[in-house]
Amino acid sequence: MKAHLTRRYFFSASHRLHSDDLSPEQNRVTYGKCNNPYGHGHNYTVEVTVSGPVDPRTGMVCNLVDLDGFVHNEILQRYDHQNLNLLKEFGSVVPTTENLCVSIYQILKRGFDTAHLERVRIEETMMNSFEYAGEE
Amino acid sequence: MVYLTRKAEFSASHYYHNPEFSPEENQRIFGKCNNPNGHGHNYTLEVTVRGEIDPRSGFVVDLKQLKDIMSREVLDALDHRFLNREVPEFATQIPTTENLAIAIWQRLVPKLRAAQLHRVRVYERPDLFVDYYGEA
Repeated sequence: MKAHLTRRYFFSASHRLHSDDLSPEQNRVTYGKCNNPYGHGHNYTVEVTVSGPVDPRTGMVCNLVDLDGFVHNEILQRYDHQNLNLLKEFGSVVPTTENLCVSIYQILKRGFDTAHLERVRIEETMMNSFEYAGEE
Repeated sequence: MVYLTRKAEFSASHYYHNPEFSPEENQRIFGKCNNPNGHGHNYTLEVTVRGEIDPRSGFVVDLKQLKDIMSREVLDALDHRFLNREVPEFATQIPTTENLAIAIWQRLVPKLRAAQLHRVRVYERPDLFVDYYGEA
């Protein structure tokens, strides 16, 4: 019996969307308000979906204590109340929510092996969300 | 192919306990959920069916029929119940959200004729849900 389990987490961070490969004018056109040099912030919602057989002894795909612990230590601690542009992974990568999805997916993929990682979905605002499910 | 989702809500109590585990193991694995007096949640159920649109009615499925089946097969059995004591599936299984999604799927599948059941999603809380797609 394979089931998918999804847990939602929250953090707040700032970022600025700017690419060194684009001219100032191209940056303004591409990123609009998000190119403001002083940055701006969001309350992000991260949805982590894992899957696997339901363990008949516990009735669980994975123990939420394990997933919560991992996400808290490895993801929320890393991103909450930070300026994303200053983090290593965004040294040369624009901290769009697309790229944030990929980074968070990779952290989980590398370090969380209690259940199969299906997908990371991030809501940047109530109006937009992004998903990454790894490469086929 | 079109997918249609109907939502419903129910409230129920439960606790997690495996008689094969020692009291210490039960406490360690299930934490607060192991309190034998139970605790409760407001669950949200999403049932997604899929099918072709009937050209005569414009429907994938008769919504009234789907609502009646969900009420009769699921809500009448689960709403305002102590899942461990009052729902037969949980005499032998732990009423986790994973097992709840599977039990709801198994209750609905034999009753749905016009449309095919695609997914059962059960929210235990707004930040936690389980998806079950049947066994592929």
